[in-house]
Amino acid sequence: MRINSFIMQTYQQPTKQGYYGRFGGAYIPEMLHPNVEELQLRYREIMQEPDFQQEFQQLLRDYVGRPTPLYFAKRLSQAFSTNIYLKREDLCHTGAHKINNTIGQILLAERLGKKRIIAETGAGQHGVATATVCALKGMECIVYMGEKDIERQAPNVARMRMLGAKVVPAVSGSKTLKDATNEAIRDWINNPVDTHYIIGSVVGPHPYPDMVARFQSIISEEIKWQLKEKTGSELPSHVIACVGGGSNAAGAFFHFLDELSVQLVAVEAAGHGVNSGMSAATTALGKSGVLHGSKSLVMQTADGQVVEPHSISAGLDYPGIGPLHANLFDSGRGKFLAVTDEDALRAAFDVARLEGIIPALETAHAFSALHQLSLSNKEQVVICLSGRGDKDLATYMKQMEMTGI
Amino acid sequence: MSRINALFQRKSTRVLNVYCTAGYPALTSTLPVMEALQENGADLIELGMPYSDPLADGPVIQQSSSIALANGMTIETLFHQLENFRERISVPVLLMGYMNPVLQFGFERFCAEAARVGVDGLILPDLPEYEFETEYGAIIKKYGLDFIFLVTPETAKERVLRLDSLSSGFLYAVSSSSTTGSAKQLPAVEAYLERLQSYKLTNPVLVGFGIKDKESFDAAAAHANGAIIGTAYIRALEGSTDIAATTRDFLNGVL
Repeated sequence: MRINSFIMQTYQQPTKQGYYGRFGGAYIPEMLHPNVEELQLRYREIMQEPDFQQEFQQLLRDYVGRPTPLYFAKRLSQAFSTNIYLKREDLCHTGAHKINNTIGQILLAERLGKKRIIAETGAGQHGVATATVCALKGMECIVYMGEKDIERQAPNVARMRMLGAKVVPAVSGSKTLKDATNEAIRDWINNPVDTHYIIGSVVGPHPYPDMVARFQSIISEEIKWQLKEKTGSELPSHVIACVGGGSNAAGAFFHFLDELSVQLVAVEAAGHGVNSGMSAATTALGKSGVLHGSKSLVMQTADGQVVEPHSISAGLDYPGIGPLHANLFDSGRGKFLAVTDEDALRAAFDVARLEGIIPALETAHAFSALHQLSLSNKEQVVICLSGRGDKDLATYMKQMEMTGI
Repeated sequence: MSRINALFQRKSTRVLNVYCTAGYPALTSTLPVMEALQENGADLIELGMPYSDPLADGPVIQQSSSIALANGMTIETLFHQLENFRERISVPVLLMGYMNPVLQFGFERFCAEAARVGVDGLILPDLPEYEFETEYGAIIKKYGLDFIFLVTPETAKERVLRLDSLSSGFLYAVSSSSTTGSAKQLPAVEAYLERLQSYKLTNPVLVGFGIKDKESFDAAAAHANGAIIGTAYIRALEGSTDIAATTRDFLNGVL
């Protein structure tokens, strides 16, 4: 019955209806149709306009600080007897890759004539990145954040407020990221004309997964030429990235998706362990379902109720995964690994001491995956260092107290 | 002829559809609520299947869903409760819910069970037109179920006509671009309903979202075949100790 399967597909390009294999689409109530259709019809065209491209590239360079370095991590490489390059998204303005996407979407929103911006946030990184670009463009900004996350992430809440955003607590359901996303979608339903919803990951109804992946694809675009400068080849053997919804991974994988010699390694949060009941390893635990407007893998009960995941890292604490990634998993194109809270913490300290870089807890999962791969000194491994660890200092301090470091 | 079509043949004005959440306020309330609704003048019953992430619903209905889930309601349990319900309920009954739980149950198995117990149609707001046409619509039709699409004031004419042609039973006109339970001014909706009337649709039109009392029901019914009440009834049931009396008082206040 699937019409989609007859249309030529790549791992990179979804079908016209937004399908990556059997995942994707736009499972939205009719109330959202005009907004989503407007985006579907116009995002590609607007993104290709010279004026858009010029402003986007200029802001990425002068405001975000791109290109971010590709850094050969010598001591880390020695430790794993291989060649490891770190794509330094942690050096972006606001401290993570999230701003690549929010810059792109604010320019898009501006061209669509929108006056009001809404966003969801978990740990607050996407909220901060959205509040930042709204300040930059003088637009009204409302960020939905789970009531529990507001308590857990006070510094980012303060940042958003200082940047002029209104932070609205999501008090429904489990009061975390998935509920913040529900509230943002409800806001969009109730404000159909003047509002643009900046989704922070490669999730949501078509065209969001593709649009966000394209805005983040600057990561792999730069990796290609930077790696060529350093090694003579633009293709690494591995690209490793952590995956919650999957935006940094989508950006780091993008230009390698259809380069089959490149091993794509997506690292999910195992929490207390994949089978502990306290995990966020969606590909291991999820089943095909519909969440936040697209068909993908979703962690859920036998009755189809979405469950609350667990990860020490708020950015990976999401019960779904973008449809692009679900397809990488389903097709075997991507290798999916899971890393526990404990192993991620250990990796964060290792990287800090070997390389003088304190990574975000999310990114620490990607580093820990090195232990699960058998690598050789002939290989060139790129790790997407998606964010810096300042926001996680409280967790790291607690760890130091507990372990007596 | 489907039970819904028969209803609209018999009655084409002031048709009242009332929404209730299965398993709310108590797990065993489903049937008593339906009986009370039928007894007190509801022409159709829209039975909500609770879901953890009901995007199109406002806080009141979401809260009722959370309570129903905490009470232990599942689709499996609901079909057990609906076993033989046709011995007691004669009005048309629609199941309303979201795609994810239905997909988990198995879409075809769901339609088969719904048809077997005597359900007449489905409202699945996050089942889009493309997927309906390419995959799910045929299964729904195979089991003789009606499927009701939603239209809003923002839906363009061509799209309204298209969704009307895909719908059977009736067309659900959302009175404003909002989640359920949002209070918008009904007079502003009249022009929209008159516009819908001018399209000469093949299906009857019921108006939902923001209908809460006699005044809003009368106003909606003046420009459509009837209306749908949800949030206001759920609110009335909250804390009720006598479902029959609460439902009687509530519907007496509307009709």
